Amino acid sequence: MYRLEEIKRAARGMWSLVVGLNITGKYFLQPNVTIHYPRQEVDNLATFRGHIELIPEDGDPLTPRCISCGTCAKACPSGCITVTKKKAPAPTPEEVEQGVKPKAPKDPESFRLDFTLCSLCGQCVMSCPANAIRFSQNINIAGYSRQDFQFDLVARLRSRLPKHVNKAE
Amino acid sequence: MIDPQLLRILVALVGILVFVALNALALVYAERKIAGHVQRRPGPYEVGPHGILQPLVDGLKLMGKQLTTPKDADPVIFWLAPIMCFMPVALCMLPIPFGPNLVALKLDLGIVLILAFAGFGVLSLCLAGWGSNNKWSLLGAARSVAQNVAYEIPLLLSVLSVAFMTGSLDLATISAGQGALPWQWNALLNPLGFIIYFICALAETNRAPFDLPEAESELTAGFHTEYSGMGFGLFFMAEYANMVVVCSVATVLFLGGWNGPFAPGWWWFLLKMYALIFLIIQIRWTYPRVRFDQLLNLCWRWLVPLALVNLVYVTVIVKL
Repeated sequence: MYRLEEIKRAARGMWSLVVGLNITGKYFLQPNVTIHYPRQEVDNLATFRGHIELIPEDGDPLTPRCISCGTCAKACPSGCITVTKKKAPAPTPEEVEQGVKPKAPKDPESFRLDFTLCSLCGQCVMSCPANAIRFSQNINIAGYSRQDFQFDLVARLRSRLPKHVNKAE
Repeated sequence: MIDPQLLRILVALVGILVFVALNALALVYAERKIAGHVQRRPGPYEVGPHGILQPLVDGLKLMGKQLTTPKDADPVIFWLAPIMCFMPVALCMLPIPFGPNLVALKLDLGIVLILAFAGFGVLSLCLAGWGSNNKWSLLGAARSVAQNVAYEIPLLLSVLSVAFMTGSLDLATISAGQGALPWQWNALLNPLGFIIYFICALAETNRAPFDLPEAESELTAGFHTEYSGMGFGLFFMAEYANMVVVCSVATVLFLGGWNGPFAPGWWWFLLKMYALIFLIIQIRWTYPRVRFDQLLNLCWRWLVPLALVNLVYVTVIVKL
C-alpha cells in the first residue's frame, strides 16, 4: 500500500510539472509588460508621489496659494521644510502720514525643501490649511550631489511655464 | 598525398568548432530572450536591434578581462580544467549524423565514443573545484561528481534500450532505422526510455532544476566561483555545447534523426534539436532547483529501477 501511495504521489508530481510548463509557455506567448523607459513612459503618472510642490492660486499661475503659516514645517517629522515669510514693504509717505503699517503679502518669500531628508509621508500635504501643497509628478529626478535636492519651491513654481506642466496633470 | 580521411576530419573539426561557437552565442541569446519572455519582459534589448549583439559584446567583455589565479590555487590544474571541459565537446560532435551523409566520422561505436568523452566533463568540473582552493568550488565539485556518476547509470540504461531496439551502436544506423513518421520514432515506441534519457541529460549537463554544482543561491557559482574572464567563458560555452550534444544524441536516438514526414535532411535534425533545447531552456525558467537528497533519491529510487524495467519491456515486447 505504501508503495502504491508513493507512486500516486509521483504521478501527481509529474502532472504538476506539465502544469508548470503550461503556465510558463502561456506567459512566453503573451505580450511583454515592460515599458522601455526613455522611449516610453507609464500612463499612470497621476498616481506618482514625487517631492512636494506648491499649488498656484487660481488664475495666477506664478503666485503660490501658500499663506506662509508654517504648519507644514511644524508637521514635518523630518524637519525638511523651511518657510520664510515675505517682509512688509517699506511704508509709502501716505501710509506714514496715516500711521498705518503696510501688510506683508501672504505668499512666502521662499519655501525650501530638503528632499534628501523627506520621506514622502504626506503630513505637510494633509496639514496645510490652504491646500497649497501637493505631490509633484516629477519622475526624472536624479542628481550628482546632495545640493541638487535642495529645492526652493517658490522659485520652482515661478520658473515653470505652462508647457512644462506634466502631461499627466 | 594527403589521406582523404584525415582531411575530412580536419574540415569537420573546424566546422564543428565554428558550429559550437556560433551555437554558444545564439543559445546565450535565446536563453536570455526566453527567460525574459517567460517572465513577460523583453530580455536583452539595447545592444543592436532587439539586443541581438548582446552575446557578442558579452564575449568581448569576457575576453578583455584579466585572468586571475587565486592565492594558493594549483595553477596547472586550475587552468587545465576549463580547457578540459571544452575540448571533449568537439570530439562528442564528431560522430553525430546531421544528415544522411553529413557526418564527420563514421563509427560503428559512435554512441560509445560520445558517452566516453562526456565523462571527461565531470573530471574537469572536479579538477576545477579542487584546483580553486575555495570551499564553494570544492562543494560544487563534490556535488557534480556525485550527481554525474549517479545519473550516468540510468542514462546508459536508456541508451542501451535503444541499442537493443536497433541492434546497433552506430548513430547513423539508429537514425536510419527509424521511420519518417513520428509514431515510428523511438520516442513513441519507447517513451519511458526517452523520458529517462531526457531527465538524465538535464542532470548530466548541470542544467536547472539539477544545477546543484553551480547553485547560485548556495554556492555563489559552485565550481567556477574563482574563474574570471575566459576561464569562466569556456565553462559557459561548454555548458551550451553540452546542451547541443545531448539534444543531438536525443534527436538521433529517440526522434528519428534526420527523418521527417517530408523532405528528410539536416533541417529536420536541427529543427528537432532546437525544439529540445527550447524545452530545456523553458524547464530552467519553470522549475525550482531540487535539493541534493531529492536529486539522488530521484536517480536511485526512481530512474534506475524504471530504466531496468524499461530494458525488460524493450527486450520482451519490442523484440517479439
